[in-house]
Amino acid sequence: MVGKYRGNRQAITALVRETEVHRDLYVDQELFELEMEQLFANTWIYVGHDSQVPKVGDYYATTIGKQPVIMVRAAEDSIKVLHNRCPHKGTRLTGESCGNTGRFFRCPYHAWTFRLDGSLAGVPLKSGYEGTSFTESRAARGITAVRHVHNYRGFVFAKQSDVGPGFEEFFGEALSSLDNMIDRSPVGRLEVAGGVLRYMHACNWKMLVENQTDTCHPMIAHQSSAGTAVEVWKAAPAGTKKPMAVEIYGPFVSSYEFFQTMGIRVWDNGHGHTGVSHSIHSDYSAVPGYFEQMVAAYGEERAKAILGENRHNTVYFPNVMLKGPIQLLRVFKPLAADRTLVESWTFRLVGAPDMLLERTVMYNRLVNAPTSIVGHDDLEIYERAQAGLASDGNEWINVQRLYVADEAERRNVVTDGTSEWQMRNQFRAWTKFMTMSL
Amino acid sequence: MTPTDQQLIDFVVREARLLDQQRLEDWLELFTDDGHYWMPVEWGQSDPRLTTSLMYEDKLLLKIRIDRLKGRATYSQSPKSRCHHVLQQPQVDERDEEQRHYVTWTPLHYVESRGDQQTLYAAWATHHLTLVDDALRIRLKRVDLVNCDAALGSIQLFV
Repeated sequence: MVGKYRGNRQAITALVRETEVHRDLYVDQELFELEMEQLFANTWIYVGHDSQVPKVGDYYATTIGKQPVIMVRAAEDSIKVLHNRCPHKGTRLTGESCGNTGRFFRCPYHAWTFRLDGSLAGVPLKSGYEGTSFTESRAARGITAVRHVHNYRGFVFAKQSDVGPGFEEFFGEALSSLDNMIDRSPVGRLEVAGGVLRYMHACNWKMLVENQTDTCHPMIAHQSSAGTAVEVWKAAPAGTKKPMAVEIYGPFVSSYEFFQTMGIRVWDNGHGHTGVSHSIHSDYSAVPGYFEQMVAAYGEERAKAILGENRHNTVYFPNVMLKGPIQLLRVFKPLAADRTLVESWTFRLVGAPDMLLERTVMYNRLVNAPTSIVGHDDLEIYERAQAGLASDGNEWINVQRLYVADEAERRNVVTDGTSEWQMRNQFRAWTKFMTMSL
Repeated sequence: MTPTDQQLIDFVVREARLLDQQRLEDWLELFTDDGHYWMPVEWGQSDPRLTTSLMYEDKLLLKIRIDRLKGRATYSQSPKSRCHHVLQQPQVDERDEEQRHYVTWTPLHYVESRGDQQTLYAAWATHHLTLVDDALRIRLKRVDLVNCDAALGSIQLFV
Protein backbone atom coordinates (compact mmCIF):
# COMPACT_ATOMS: atom_id res chain seq x y z
CA MET A 1 0.00 0.00 0.00
CA VAL A 2 1.29 3.42 -0.88
CA GLY A 3 0.90 5.73 2.07
CA LYS A 4 0.62 9.47 2.32
CA TYR A 5 4.08 10.06 3.72
CA ARG A 6 6.47 7.23 2.86
CA GLY A 7 9.18 8.57 0.58
CA ASN A 8 7.37 11.88 0.34
CA ARG A 9 9.69 14.52 1.70
CA GLN A 10 7.40 17.35 0.66
CA ALA A 11 4.38 15.93 2.46
CA ILE A 12 6.38 15.43 5.67
CA THR A 13 7.91 18.89 5.55
CA ALA A 14 4.49 20.48 5.06
CA LEU A 15 3.35 19.13 8.44
CA VAL A 16 5.51 21.57 10.41
CA ARG A 17 4.85 25.27 9.91
CA GLU A 18 6.57 28.09 11.77
CA THR A 19 3.93 28.27 14.52
CA GLU A 20 1.67 25.27 13.85
CA VAL A 21 2.04 21.52 13.47
CA HIS A 22 -0.36 19.09 11.85
CA ARG A 23 -2.24 16.60 14.01
CA ASP A 24 -0.88 13.69 11.95
CA LEU A 25 2.33 13.99 13.99
CA TYR A 26 0.30 12.55 16.88
CA VAL A 27 -2.30 10.31 15.31
CA ASP A 28 -1.00 8.92 12.02
CA GLN A 29 0.39 5.39 12.32
CA GLU A 30 2.32 5.57 9.05
CA LEU A 31 4.08 8.68 10.26
CA PHE A 32 4.81 6.87 13.51
CA GLU A 33 6.48 4.02 11.59
CA LEU A 34 8.52 6.59 9.68
CA GLU A 35 9.59 8.17 12.95
CA MET A 36 10.92 4.80 14.04
CA GLU A 37 12.73 4.26 10.73
CA GLN A 38 14.07 7.76 10.23
CA LEU A 39 14.00 9.95 13.33
CA PHE A 40 15.01 7.17 15.73
CA ALA A 41 17.74 5.96 13.33
CA ASN A 42 19.33 9.31 12.51
CA THR A 43 19.54 10.62 16.09
CA TRP A 44 21.39 9.46 19.22
CA ILE A 45 18.97 7.50 21.39
CA TYR A 46 19.57 6.93 25.11
CA VAL A 47 20.08 3.24 25.84
CA GLY A 48 21.08 3.04 29.50
CA HIS A 49 23.70 3.84 32.12
CA ASP A 50 26.90 1.86 32.41
CA SER A 51 26.33 1.31 36.16
CA GLN A 52 23.53 -1.06 35.10
CA VAL A 53 26.19 -3.39 33.64
CA PRO A 54 29.19 -3.12 36.00
CA LYS A 55 30.75 -6.56 35.33
CA VAL A 56 31.77 -8.27 32.10
CA GLY A 57 28.77 -10.29 30.87
CA ASP A 58 26.23 -8.01 32.57
CA TYR A 59 23.44 -7.01 30.25
CA TYR A 60 20.41 -4.75 30.23
CA ALA A 61 17.64 -5.39 27.70
CA THR A 62 15.74 -2.37 26.39
CA THR A 63 14.50 -0.85 23.14
CA ILE A 64 15.57 1.75 20.60
CA GLY A 65 12.34 2.95 19.10
CA LYS A 66 10.39 -0.29 18.75
CA GLN A 67 13.43 -2.52 18.32
CA PRO A 68 14.69 -4.79 21.11
CA VAL A 69 18.36 -4.26 21.98
CA ILE A 70 20.80 -5.44 24.64
CA MET A 71 23.38 -3.22 26.27
CA VAL A 72 26.19 -5.53 27.36
CA ARG A 73 29.54 -5.09 29.10
CA ALA A 74 31.60 -6.96 26.49
CA ALA A 75 34.94 -6.22 28.18
CA GLU A 76 36.14 -4.12 31.14
CA ASP A 77 36.35 -1.06 28.94
CA SER A 78 33.79 -1.89 26.27
CA ILE A 79 30.04 -1.62 26.15
CA LYS A 80 28.21 -2.96 23.12
CA VAL A 81 24.62 -2.45 22.03
CA LEU A 82 23.35 -5.51 20.17
CA HIS A 83 20.08 -6.21 18.42
CA ASN A 84 18.25 -8.59 20.73
CA ARG A 85 17.52 -11.19 18.07
CA CYS A 86 19.14 -14.51 17.28
CA PRO A 87 20.48 -14.35 13.70
CA HIS A 88 19.09 -17.86 13.16
CA LYS A 89 15.30 -17.64 13.61
CA GLY A 90 14.84 -14.27 15.23
CA THR A 91 14.34 -15.41 18.83
CA ARG A 92 14.92 -12.69 21.40
CA LEU A 93 18.00 -13.80 23.30
CA THR A 94 17.18 -12.59 26.79
CA GLY A 95 14.13 -13.25 28.94
CA GLU A 96 14.97 -11.10 31.95
CA SER A 97 15.39 -7.34 31.58
CA CYS A 98 18.84 -7.55 33.17
CA GLY A 99 21.32 -10.14 34.39
CA ASN A 100 24.70 -11.70 33.65
CA THR A 101 25.06 -13.92 30.62
CA GLY A 102 28.55 -15.23 31.43
CA ARG A 103 31.00 -15.31 28.52
CA PHE A 104 28.36 -16.03 25.88
CA PHE A 105 24.79 -15.35 24.87
CA ARG A 106 23.09 -18.66 24.25
CA CYS A 107 19.86 -18.79 22.27
CA PRO A 108 17.17 -20.78 24.12
CA TYR A 109 15.82 -22.23 20.87
CA HIS A 110 18.74 -24.15 19.22
CA ALA A 111 21.63 -23.24 21.53
CA TRP A 112 23.57 -21.18 19.05
CA THR A 113 26.13 -19.27 21.11
CA PHE A 114 27.57 -15.81 20.64
CA ARG A 115 30.51 -13.94 22.15
CA LEU A 116 29.72 -10.73 24.01
CA ASP A 117 30.55 -8.65 20.94
CA GLY A 118 27.82 -10.55 19.07
CA SER A 119 30.07 -12.77 16.93
CA LEU A 120 29.02 -16.38 16.42
CA ALA A 121 30.88 -18.77 18.73
CA GLY A 122 29.17 -22.09 18.09
CA VAL A 123 26.33 -23.97 16.42
CA PRO A 124 25.35 -27.50 17.56
CA LEU A 125 25.57 -30.24 14.94
CA LYS A 126 27.52 -27.88 12.74
CA SER A 127 28.16 -30.60 10.15
CA GLY A 128 24.65 -29.93 8.85
CA TYR A 129 25.91 -26.65 7.41
CA GLU A 130 28.94 -28.11 5.63
CA GLY A 131 28.91 -27.43 1.93
CA THR A 132 26.06 -24.92 2.24
CA SER A 133 28.20 -21.76 2.10
CA PHE A 134 27.02 -21.06 5.63
CA THR A 135 29.98 -18.78 6.35
CA GLU A 136 28.66 -16.41 3.71
CA SER A 137 25.20 -16.27 5.24
CA ARG A 138 23.84 -13.33 7.17
CA ALA A 139 23.36 -15.64 10.16
CA ALA A 140 27.06 -16.56 10.32
CA ARG A 141 27.91 -12.92 10.97
CA GLY A 142 26.35 -13.28 14.40
CA ILE A 143 24.17 -10.84 16.32
CA THR A 144 23.91 -7.49 14.59
CA ALA A 145 25.51 -4.72 16.62
CA VAL A 146 24.13 -1.18 16.62
CA ARG A 147 26.77 0.63 14.58
CA HIS A 148 27.35 3.77 16.60
CA VAL A 149 27.59 3.67 20.38
CA HIS A 150 28.87 6.44 22.64
CA ASN A 151 29.42 6.23 26.38
CA TYR A 152 29.35 9.78 27.72
CA ARG A 153 30.51 9.77 31.34
CA GLY A 154 28.42 6.64 31.96
CA PHE A 155 25.41 7.53 29.80
CA VAL A 156 25.21 5.22 26.80
CA PHE A 157 23.63 6.47 23.59
CA ALA A 158 23.36 4.71 20.23
CA LYS A 159 22.67 5.75 16.67
CA GLN A 160 21.59 3.16 14.12
CA SER A 161 22.17 5.03 10.90
CA ASP A 162 25.41 6.21 9.32
CA VAL A 163 23.52 9.31 8.33
CA GLY A 164 23.11 11.98 10.96
CA PRO A 165 25.64 13.90 13.05
CA GLY A 166 28.30 12.46 15.34
CA PHE A 167 27.69 12.39 19.08
CA GLU A 168 29.42 15.67 20.01
CA GLU A 169 27.91 17.49 17.09
CA PHE A 170 24.42 16.19 17.81
CA PHE A 171 24.36 17.21 21.48
CA GLY A 172 26.79 20.14 21.47
CA GLU A 173 26.33 22.48 24.43
CA ALA A 174 23.35 20.45 25.65
CA LEU A 175 25.83 18.08 27.30
CA SER A 176 26.29 20.76 29.97
CA SER A 177 23.12 19.51 31.71
CA LEU A 178 24.48 15.96 31.94
CA ASP A 179 27.82 17.35 33.10
CA ASN A 180 26.14 19.31 35.89
CA MET A 181 24.20 16.27 37.06
CA ILE A 182 27.35 14.14 37.17
CA ASP A 183 29.49 16.88 38.75
CA ARG A 184 27.05 16.95 41.67
CA SER A 185 28.72 13.76 42.87
CA PRO A 186 31.83 14.62 44.91
CA VAL A 187 33.65 11.90 42.96
CA GLY A 188 32.02 12.74 39.62
CA ARG A 189 30.17 9.46 39.30
CA LEU A 190 26.53 8.35 39.24
CA GLU A 191 24.88 4.98 39.74
CA VAL A 192 21.40 3.94 38.76
CA ALA A 193 19.57 3.50 42.08
CA GLY A 194 16.16 3.71 43.67
CA GLY A 195 14.22 1.54 41.22
CA VAL A 196 12.40 2.48 38.04
CA LEU A 197 8.80 3.64 37.63
CA ARG A 198 7.04 2.48 34.48
CA TYR A 199 3.82 4.26 33.51
CA MET A 200 1.75 3.40 30.43
CA HIS A 201 0.28 6.37 28.53
CA ALA A 202 -2.45 6.19 25.88
CA CYS A 203 -1.06 9.14 23.92
CA ASN A 204 1.64 10.05 21.43
CA TRP A 205 5.19 10.19 22.82
CA LYS A 206 5.79 13.76 21.61
CA MET A 207 3.03 15.15 23.85
CA LEU A 208 5.17 14.13 26.81
CA VAL A 209 8.35 15.62 25.36
CA GLU A 210 6.63 18.95 24.64
CA ASN A 211 5.16 19.05 28.11
CA GLN A 212 8.65 19.05 29.65
CA THR A 213 9.17 22.68 28.66
CA ASP A 214 5.51 23.72 28.92
CA THR A 215 5.61 26.13 31.85
CA CYS A 216 2.09 27.49 31.45
CA HIS A 217 0.40 24.26 32.56
CA PRO A 218 1.63 23.49 36.12
CA MET A 219 -0.43 26.17 37.86
CA ILE A 220 -3.51 24.93 35.98
CA ALA A 221 -3.21 21.17 35.59
CA HIS A 222 -1.45 20.66 38.94
CA GLN A 223 -3.58 23.00 41.02
CA SER A 224 -5.54 19.96 42.14
CA SER A 225 -2.49 18.15 43.51
CA ALA A 226 0.16 20.75 44.39
CA GLY A 227 -2.45 23.38 45.24
CA THR A 228 -4.17 20.96 47.62
CA ALA A 229 -0.81 20.09 49.19
CA VAL A 230 -0.17 23.76 49.89
CA GLU A 231 -3.68 24.15 51.36
CA VAL A 232 -3.40 21.09 53.59
CA TRP A 233 0.02 22.22 54.81
CA LYS A 234 -1.42 25.59 55.88
CA ALA A 235 -3.31 23.78 58.65
CA ALA A 236 -0.07 22.56 60.25
CA PRO A 237 0.75 24.17 63.62
CA ALA A 238 3.05 27.20 63.33
CA GLY A 239 6.72 26.30 63.57
CA THR A 240 6.32 22.74 62.19
CA LYS A 241 9.21 21.88 59.90
CA LYS A 242 8.05 21.74 56.30
CA PRO A 243 8.16 18.10 55.19
CA MET A 244 10.20 17.08 52.15
CA ALA A 245 6.99 16.12 50.32
CA VAL A 246 5.52 19.63 50.68
CA GLU A 247 8.83 21.13 49.48
CA ILE A 248 8.47 18.95 46.40
CA TYR A 249 4.79 19.62 45.65
CA GLY A 250 4.62 23.33 46.49
CA PRO A 251 6.63 24.89 43.63
CA PHE A 252 4.42 23.22 41.00
CA VAL A 253 1.86 25.95 41.63
CA SER A 254 4.32 28.85 41.40
CA SER A 255 3.16 31.98 39.60
CA TYR A 256 3.44 32.75 35.91
CA GLU A 257 6.12 35.28 36.84
CA PHE A 258 8.20 32.54 38.47
CA PHE A 259 8.15 30.54 35.25
CA GLN A 260 8.61 33.58 32.97
CA THR A 261 11.75 34.66 34.77
CA MET A 262 13.29 31.19 35.08
CA GLY A 263 14.05 31.34 31.36
CA ILE A 264 14.41 28.73 28.64
CA ARG A 265 17.62 27.94 26.78
CA VAL A 266 17.28 26.56 23.27
CA TRP A 267 20.06 24.51 21.65
CA ASP A 268 20.61 23.05 18.19
CA ASN A 269 19.07 19.73 17.09
CA GLY A 270 15.98 19.98 19.26
CA HIS A 271 17.64 20.10 22.67
CA GLY A 272 16.78 22.72 25.28
CA HIS A 273 16.01 23.33 28.92
CA THR A 274 13.84 25.32 31.26
CA GLY A 275 15.18 26.89 34.44
CA VAL A 276 18.15 29.01 33.34
CA SER A 277 18.17 31.18 36.47
CA HIS A 278 16.08 29.12 38.90
CA SER A 279 13.61 26.24 39.01
CA ILE A 280 11.19 24.33 41.17
CA HIS A 281 14.25 22.56 42.61
CA SER A 282 16.05 25.74 43.77
CA ASP A 283 14.65 26.03 47.27
CA TYR A 284 14.95 22.52 48.66
CA SER A 285 16.44 22.33 52.16
CA ALA A 286 20.19 21.82 52.33
CA VAL A 287 21.28 18.24 53.05
CA PRO A 288 23.67 18.19 56.04
CA GLY A 289 27.28 17.50 55.12
CA TYR A 290 26.82 17.57 51.36
CA PHE A 291 28.10 21.07 50.63
CA GLU A 292 31.22 20.39 52.73
CA GLN A 293 31.88 17.23 50.69
CA MET A 294 31.52 19.21 47.47
CA VAL A 295 33.88 21.94 48.70
CA ALA A 296 36.45 19.32 49.70
CA ALA A 297 36.19 17.75 46.24
CA TYR A 298 36.04 20.81 44.00
CA GLY A 299 36.98 23.88 46.06
CA GLU A 300 34.40 26.39 47.24
CA GLU A 301 34.04 28.44 44.07
CA ARG A 302 33.54 25.47 41.78
CA ALA A 303 31.24 23.70 44.27
CA LYS A 304 29.03 26.80 44.43
CA ALA A 305 28.96 27.03 40.63
CA ILE A 306 27.91 23.38 40.30
CA LEU A 307 25.20 23.61 42.96
CA GLY A 308 24.07 27.08 41.81
CA GLU A 309 22.91 25.59 38.53
CA ASN A 310 19.27 24.56 39.04
CA ARG A 311 18.03 23.59 35.62
CA HIS A 312 14.44 22.46 35.63
CA ASN A 313 13.86 20.07 32.69
CA THR A 314 16.43 19.40 29.99
CA VAL A 315 15.07 17.82 26.83
CA TYR A 316 17.51 15.59 24.98
CA PHE A 317 15.82 15.28 21.63
CA PRO A 318 14.07 13.15 20.68
CA ASN A 319 12.81 11.29 23.77
CA VAL A 320 14.67 11.95 27.03
CA MET A 321 14.17 14.45 29.84
CA LEU A 322 16.77 15.05 32.51
CA LYS A 323 16.53 16.76 35.89
CA GLY A 324 20.14 17.44 36.88
CA PRO A 325 19.48 18.95 40.35
CA ILE A 326 17.68 15.79 41.50
CA GLN A 327 19.39 13.18 39.29
CA LEU A 328 16.30 11.99 37.50
CA LEU A 329 15.98 10.85 33.89
CA ARG A 330 12.78 10.04 32.05
CA VAL A 331 12.58 8.12 28.80
CA PHE A 332 9.47 8.43 26.63
CA LYS A 333 9.39 5.14 24.77
CA PRO A 334 7.17 5.19 21.70
CA LEU A 335 5.04 2.06 21.25
CA ALA A 336 2.46 3.27 18.72
CA ALA A 337 1.07 6.60 17.50
CA ASP A 338 -1.23 6.60 20.53
CA ARG A 339 0.79 4.57 23.05
CA THR A 340 3.89 5.50 25.05
CA LEU A 341 5.74 3.83 27.90
CA VAL A 342 7.26 6.35 30.30
CA GLU A 343 10.20 5.12 32.36
CA SER A 344 11.46 7.32 35.19
CA TRP A 345 14.96 6.45 36.44
CA THR A 346 16.89 7.89 39.37
CA PHE A 347 20.59 8.02 40.21
CA ARG A 348 22.72 8.00 43.33
CA LEU A 349 25.40 10.65 43.55
CA VAL A 350 28.31 8.38 44.47
CA GLY A 351 29.98 9.67 47.64
CA ALA A 352 27.09 11.98 48.66
CA PRO A 353 24.68 11.57 51.62
CA ASP A 354 21.79 9.11 51.25
CA MET A 355 19.28 11.87 51.96
CA LEU A 356 19.78 13.19 48.41
CA LEU A 357 18.74 9.84 46.97
CA GLU A 358 15.86 9.71 49.44
CA ARG A 359 14.53 13.03 48.14
CA THR A 360 15.02 11.99 44.51
CA VAL A 361 13.21 8.71 45.11
CA MET A 362 10.37 10.57 46.84
CA TYR A 363 10.11 13.07 43.98
CA ASN A 364 9.90 10.22 41.49
CA ARG A 365 7.14 8.56 43.50
CA LEU A 366 5.11 11.74 44.05
CA VAL A 367 5.36 12.97 40.45
CA ASN A 368 6.08 10.10 38.05
CA ALA A 369 4.41 6.96 39.40
CA PRO A 370 1.23 5.45 37.89
CA THR A 371 -0.21 6.29 41.32
CA SER A 372 1.00 9.92 41.30
CA ILE A 373 -1.59 12.64 41.71
CA VAL A 374 0.58 14.93 39.57
CA GLY A 375 0.95 12.28 36.87
CA HIS A 376 -2.79 11.54 36.86
CA ASP A 377 -3.69 15.03 35.71
CA ASP A 378 -0.90 15.16 33.11
CA LEU A 379 -2.02 11.86 31.64
CA GLU A 380 -5.64 13.01 31.66
CA ILE A 381 -4.63 16.06 29.61
CA TYR A 382 -2.59 13.99 27.12
CA GLU A 383 -5.39 11.49 26.65
CA ARG A 384 -7.94 14.24 26.14
CA ALA A 385 -5.62 15.80 23.55
CA GLN A 386 -5.26 12.45 21.80
CA ALA A 387 -9.06 12.12 21.76
CA GLY A 388 -9.66 15.75 20.74
CA LEU A 389 -7.35 15.46 17.74
CA ALA A 390 -9.88 13.12 16.11
CA SER A 391 -11.88 16.26 15.37
CA ASP A 392 -11.77 17.40 11.74
CA GLY A 393 -12.79 20.89 12.83
CA ASN A 394 -9.15 22.00 12.97
CA GLU A 395 -6.18 19.88 11.90
CA TRP A 396 -3.50 22.13 13.41
CA ILE A 397 -1.89 22.49 16.83
CA ASN A 398 -0.76 25.95 17.84
CA VAL A 399 2.76 26.60 19.19
CA GLN A 400 2.91 30.34 18.66
CA ARG A 401 3.57 31.66 22.17
CA LEU A 402 6.34 34.31 22.08
CA TYR A 403 7.27 33.46 18.50
CA VAL A 404 10.20 35.41 17.08
CA ALA A 405 10.29 35.81 13.31
CA ASP A 406 13.95 34.90 12.73
CA GLU A 407 14.29 32.33 15.49
CA ALA A 408 15.10 29.39 13.19
CA GLU A 409 18.37 31.16 12.34
CA ARG A 410 19.39 31.79 15.95
CA ARG A 411 21.64 29.51 17.98
CA ASN A 412 21.81 28.72 21.69
CA VAL A 413 19.38 31.41 22.75
CA VAL A 414 18.07 32.21 26.25
CA THR A 415 14.48 33.41 26.22
CA ASP A 416 11.35 33.99 28.32
CA GLY A 417 10.53 30.91 30.40
CA THR A 418 6.98 30.74 29.07
CA SER A 419 8.00 30.74 25.41
CA GLU A 420 7.05 27.82 23.18
CA TRP A 421 10.35 28.33 21.33
CA GLN A 422 11.75 25.03 22.59
CA MET A 423 8.69 23.18 21.27
CA ARG A 424 9.16 24.85 17.89
CA ASN A 425 12.84 23.92 18.15
CA GLN A 426 11.84 20.27 18.60
CA PHE A 427 9.56 20.37 15.58
CA ARG A 428 12.30 21.90 13.41
CA ALA A 429 14.60 19.07 14.53
CA TRP A 430 11.81 16.60 13.86
CA THR A 431 11.59 17.71 10.21
CA LYS A 432 15.37 17.71 9.87
CA PHE A 433 15.90 14.15 11.14
CA MET A 434 12.76 12.75 9.52
CA THR A 435 13.87 13.84 6.09
CA MET A 436 17.69 13.82 6.12
CA SER A 437 17.97 10.39 4.48
CA LEU A 438 15.13 10.84 2.02
CA MET B 1 -8.88 -4.80 75.67
CA THR B 2 -7.44 -7.69 73.68
CA PRO B 3 -8.89 -8.01 70.20
CA THR B 4 -10.09 -11.43 69.13
CA ASP B 5 -9.04 -12.82 65.76
CA GLN B 6 -12.57 -12.14 64.56
CA GLN B 7 -12.31 -8.48 65.56
CA LEU B 8 -9.06 -8.13 63.58
CA ILE B 9 -10.72 -9.75 60.58
CA ASP B 10 -13.81 -7.57 60.88
CA PHE B 11 -11.61 -4.49 61.01
CA VAL B 12 -9.86 -5.37 57.74
CA VAL B 13 -13.17 -6.13 56.03
CA ARG B 14 -14.68 -2.85 57.19
CA GLU B 15 -11.60 -0.95 56.01
CA ALA B 16 -12.18 -2.24 52.47
CA ARG B 17 -15.85 -1.35 52.70
CA LEU B 18 -15.03 2.27 53.61
CA LEU B 19 -12.81 2.46 50.50
CA ASP B 20 -15.50 0.98 48.24
CA GLN B 21 -18.06 3.44 49.62
CA GLN B 22 -15.49 6.24 49.30
CA ARG B 23 -15.97 7.28 52.90
CA LEU B 24 -12.38 8.43 52.76
CA GLU B 25 -12.34 10.78 55.77
CA ASP B 26 -13.61 7.90 57.92
CA TRP B 27 -11.03 5.65 56.30
CA LEU B 28 -8.20 8.05 57.11
CA GLU B 29 -9.25 8.00 60.77
CA LEU B 30 -8.37 4.30 60.84
CA PHE B 31 -4.67 5.19 60.68
CA THR B 32 -2.51 6.06 63.68
CA ASP B 33 -0.97 9.53 63.57
CA ASP B 34 2.30 7.99 62.39
CA GLY B 35 0.57 5.44 60.14
CA HIS B 36 1.61 4.74 56.54
CA TYR B 37 0.08 3.30 53.39
CA TRP B 38 2.73 1.51 51.33
CA MET B 39 2.48 0.05 47.85
CA PRO B 40 5.92 -1.25 46.80
CA VAL B 41 7.05 -1.15 43.17
CA GLU B 42 9.51 -4.04 43.49
CA TRP B 43 8.76 -7.66 44.23
CA GLY B 44 9.59 -8.38 47.89
CA GLN B 45 10.73 -4.79 48.44
CA SER B 46 12.04 -4.17 51.96
CA ASP B 47 12.95 -0.48 51.92
CA PRO B 48 10.55 2.40 51.19
CA ARG B 49 13.15 5.14 51.68
CA LEU B 50 15.98 4.60 49.17
CA THR B 51 13.93 2.56 46.72
CA THR B 52 10.94 4.26 45.17
CA SER B 53 7.42 2.88 45.55
CA LEU B 54 4.08 3.29 43.88
CA MET B 55 2.89 4.84 47.14
CA TYR B 56 4.50 5.41 50.51
CA GLU B 57 2.29 7.93 52.20
CA ASP B 58 1.98 9.25 55.71
CA LYS B 59 -1.26 10.76 56.99
CA LEU B 60 -0.47 14.18 55.54
CA LEU B 61 0.04 12.79 52.03
CA LEU B 62 -3.07 10.64 52.33
CA LYS B 63 -5.08 13.69 53.35
CA ILE B 64 -3.77 15.63 50.34
CA ARG B 65 -4.79 12.72 48.12
CA ILE B 66 -8.28 12.54 49.65
CA ASP B 67 -8.88 16.31 49.53
CA ARG B 68 -7.73 16.38 45.91
CA LEU B 69 -10.25 13.72 44.91
CA LYS B 70 -13.03 16.11 45.96
CA GLY B 71 -11.65 19.18 44.16
CA ARG B 72 -13.47 20.79 41.27
CA ALA B 73 -10.28 21.27 39.21
CA THR B 74 -9.25 17.62 39.55
CA TYR B 75 -9.33 16.84 35.84
CA SER B 76 -8.39 13.18 36.13
CA GLN B 77 -11.52 12.69 38.28
CA SER B 78 -13.92 14.06 35.73
CA PRO B 79 -15.58 11.59 35.38
CA LYS B 80 -14.94 10.10 38.81
CA SER B 81 -13.40 6.69 39.46
CA ARG B 82 -15.10 3.94 41.42
CA CYS B 83 -13.54 0.93 43.10
CA HIS B 84 -14.46 -2.52 44.30
CA HIS B 85 -12.62 -4.91 46.63
CA VAL B 86 -13.13 -8.66 46.88
CA LEU B 87 -11.23 -9.98 49.90
CA GLN B 88 -10.27 -13.49 50.74
CA GLN B 89 -10.81 -14.19 54.45
CA PRO B 90 -8.01 -12.28 56.27
CA GLN B 91 -5.58 -14.46 58.22
CA VAL B 92 -4.07 -13.38 61.51
CA ASP B 93 -0.33 -13.89 61.11
CA GLU B 94 1.03 -12.29 64.28
CA ARG B 95 -0.26 -11.34 67.70
CA ASP B 96 1.91 -9.56 70.26
CA GLU B 97 -0.32 -8.55 73.17
CA GLU B 98 2.50 -6.86 75.06
CA GLN B 99 3.42 -4.59 72.13
CA ARG B 100 -0.21 -4.38 70.99
CA HIS B 101 0.97 -5.44 67.57
CA TYR B 102 -1.22 -7.52 65.25
CA VAL B 103 -0.55 -8.49 61.65
CA THR B 104 -3.10 -9.78 59.15
CA TRP B 105 -2.65 -11.03 55.60
CA THR B 106 -5.39 -10.66 53.02
CA PRO B 107 -5.33 -11.76 49.37
CA LEU B 108 -7.66 -9.59 47.31
CA HIS B 109 -8.90 -8.60 43.91
CA TYR B 110 -9.40 -4.91 43.26
CA VAL B 111 -11.31 -3.31 40.42
CA GLU B 112 -11.05 0.34 39.52
CA SER B 113 -13.35 1.81 36.91
CA ARG B 114 -13.66 5.16 35.23
CA GLY B 115 -15.91 5.99 32.31
CA ASP B 116 -15.84 3.04 29.92
CA GLN B 117 -12.64 1.59 31.38
CA GLN B 118 -12.39 -1.07 34.05
CA THR B 119 -9.13 -2.57 35.31
CA LEU B 120 -8.60 -5.59 37.55
CA TYR B 121 -5.66 -5.83 39.94
CA ALA B 122 -4.68 -8.70 42.22
CA ALA B 123 -2.84 -8.00 45.46
CA TRP B 124 -2.04 -9.04 49.00
CA ALA B 125 -2.74 -6.56 51.78
CA THR B 126 -0.71 -6.81 54.97
CA HIS B 127 -2.15 -4.82 57.87
CA HIS B 128 0.01 -3.94 60.85
CA LEU B 129 -2.53 -3.01 63.48
CA THR B 130 -2.33 -1.61 66.99
CA LEU B 131 -4.65 -0.38 69.71
CA VAL B 132 -5.17 3.31 70.40
CA ASP B 133 -7.57 4.00 73.28
CA ASP B 134 -8.90 0.47 72.91
CA ALA B 135 -9.69 0.96 69.22
CA LEU B 136 -7.87 -0.87 66.43
CA ARG B 137 -5.77 1.41 64.21
CA ILE B 138 -3.50 0.90 61.18
CA ARG B 139 0.21 1.48 61.66
CA LEU B 140 1.01 0.20 58.22
CA LYS B 141 -1.08 -1.04 55.36
CA ARG B 142 1.17 -2.67 52.82
CA VAL B 143 -0.31 -3.54 49.42
CA ASP B 144 1.73 -5.85 47.21
CA LEU B 145 0.32 -5.93 43.70
CA VAL B 146 1.01 -9.23 42.00
CA ASN B 147 2.23 -7.16 39.01
CA CYS B 148 3.83 -4.33 41.03
CA ASP B 149 6.72 -3.97 38.55
CA ALA B 150 4.60 -3.98 35.38
CA ALA B 151 4.02 -0.90 33.24
CA LEU B 152 0.71 0.18 34.77
CA GLY B 153 -1.83 2.80 33.82
CA SER B 154 -3.21 5.24 36.38
CA ILE B 155 -4.42 3.83 39.70
CA GLN B 156 -6.33 6.73 41.23
CA LEU B 157 -8.07 5.34 44.30
CA PHE B 158 -6.85 3.10 47.13
CA VAL B 159 -6.29 -0.66 46.77
